[in-house]
Amino acid sequence: MQAVTQATMEFMKEYRTPLICGFVIVAVLPLIVGYVVLVERKIMADMQARLGPMRVGPHGLLQPIADAVKLLIKEDIIPDDADKLVFWLAPVLSVGAALLAIAGLAIGPAFQIAQGINIGILFVVGVSAMGIFGIVLGGWASNSHYSLIGALRSSAQLVSYETAAGMALVCGLLFAGTLNITSIVQAQYDQGIWFGLLAPVAFFVYLVASIAETNRAPFDLPEAESELVAGYMTEFSGFRWSLYFLAEYTNMIVVASVATTLFLGGWLRPFPRTHWLTWKSTGMDFFDFLPALLMVVVGAYCLARTPKQPVRVQQLFMLAVAGMCFAAAAVLAAPVIVPFVKPSLAAAVKPLYEGIHGGFWFICKVGLYIYFFMWVRFTLPRYRFDQLMRLGWHFLIPLSIINVLLIGIAMIIGSYYHLNGWWLLLATIPASIIALIIALFILALEQKGQPQKAAGAAPDSYA
Amino acid sequence: MLDQVIFYFFAAIAVVSAVLTVTRRNAVHSAIFLITALLATAGIFLQLRAEFLFIVQIILYVGGIMVLFVFVIMLVNLDVAVRQMQFARQKWVALLISLALAAQVGLMLWSSRNMPGQGVPVLSAVPADKLPPNSEEVAKSLFSSYLLPFEIASVLLLVAMIGAVVMAKKRT
Repeated sequence: MQAVTQATMEFMKEYRTPLICGFVIVAVLPLIVGYVVLVERKIMADMQARLGPMRVGPHGLLQPIADAVKLLIKEDIIPDDADKLVFWLAPVLSVGAALLAIAGLAIGPAFQIAQGINIGILFVVGVSAMGIFGIVLGGWASNSHYSLIGALRSSAQLVSYETAAGMALVCGLLFAGTLNITSIVQAQYDQGIWFGLLAPVAFFVYLVASIAETNRAPFDLPEAESELVAGYMTEFSGFRWSLYFLAEYTNMIVVASVATTLFLGGWLRPFPRTHWLTWKSTGMDFFDFLPALLMVVVGAYCLARTPKQPVRVQQLFMLAVAGMCFAAAAVLAAPVIVPFVKPSLAAAVKPLYEGIHGGFWFICKVGLYIYFFMWVRFTLPRYRFDQLMRLGWHFLIPLSIINVLLIGIAMIIGSYYHLNGWWLLLATIPASIIALIIALFILALEQKGQPQKAAGAAPDSYA
Repeated sequence: MLDQVIFYFFAAIAVVSAVLTVTRRNAVHSAIFLITALLATAGIFLQLRAEFLFIVQIILYVGGIMVLFVFVIMLVNLDVAVRQMQFARQKWVALLISLALAAQVGLMLWSSRNMPGQGVPVLSAVPADKLPPNSEEVAKSLFSSYLLPFEIASVLLLVAMIGAVVMAKKRT
């Protein structure tokens, strides 16, 4: 017993900060996810020319909290013929894997729960892939045909698209030369260019594969509500169902963060090495003022709209939003302005600047990626399962393998001519063009293989 | 002390879930316990500071192979499997083989007494920050000492992957 206590003490001494960070993230993430859901509903409403949730709070802003309360007090139903233990275990597995993956992510140069983890990106990808067991086992344990079909689809889909996603990640890792997340972003800083620009085909493949891996529309076959009721979630309700929901949205955040880290420069600002309008004494660039400026503009817009709100509560609310924007602008501007006023404080403010601005850019990029997910969801119709499989095995996997090969050749050429940074584009753009031509060729072959199409027909550019 | 506690924790989980994998009648439960055993083994790798092996174990065995296992198990009619005989009647062969294995392990432990240091060789623990980065070391040895086997294995796997695509393409 004493040994265990001693070990616990040892553990706590070394890992106190990561533990606290972990607790905070687990506590806050459901709230973030709730608001991501609200944003998604609002975007959906906007795209379908309606208002979306408006009843709970001003502009429906308290809707996530109302939903959470509703889900928590719902009756907890376990079907009679279900495998009770597995039914209980499955949602926990799903959400546990998704939350564990967050530990490996780095939001800014200093903030990472698993500090400097050597296998970085592999850890995130591998652990988040374990969430599939939650879906598969949950579907099986429900003892329902719809659930089982959803589970089978889910596992087949994940296995198919993981290969393509892995190959796309390999392309980015070739440029980085390391698995450590901090070093990957540092490599992009040294090169002065995002790897997404160097390997656009790989980024595209990862984009498609990540939508499939998170079971989002148009690849949401495991829960296709027009065919399978709700797929693997059919028999789940209340809190267990919300755990699945939490896992899905956490997975979205994880996938978006991986793409941001590897392809979109992580916490770096756009053009990290370019200095267009630099104030020589401080080393601050125009881009460093951009976040604060953006916040001021949004705040001013809110202020201008305030008198036009019909109800007094909404006016007050608009004012509050404007105030929050100005506060954020002040926080974002402070580390940039201080070196001007007091050059002696420049060194002390530097880590603050990196943390705040890094977090801002990282969250911006992740937000854009997730917005793209939603945009695709409300734009494209759902695939049929055989179409999904054909897209994965016949198009994405060959394309990603060829792309790895071409990127490797481009890197050899680049190192032969000592190309670096933006100059590396000279080698990688031809590689990407060749990959695109091959992709078109594969698509043309696919069209030829279709029985209903006329043989030898030229690929339709609208297809 | 922390290392030992973590090791015995994961080792106990691995052994118990390995036994349960064999004795459960329900194939899906067996698969879950097999996953647990594999994860516990990955935990032991991590305790040994072999983080690359840890994640490879998770990605390949848990994330890849076990997903396929579970996929296949779900296609099988479990009710039939439950009624069937669980263990093949080969008690004596099994006993013989396990005795031979036990003798082998025992011999290894016994002969290790004569080695420098008493009993089973125990390597002293190295502080985690003194170790070279794991994945880089694995990569270095794979691409220098073991280049040929590594290339052969990777070509084999690539052939398997392309073969799968070609077989999927073939229309009947």
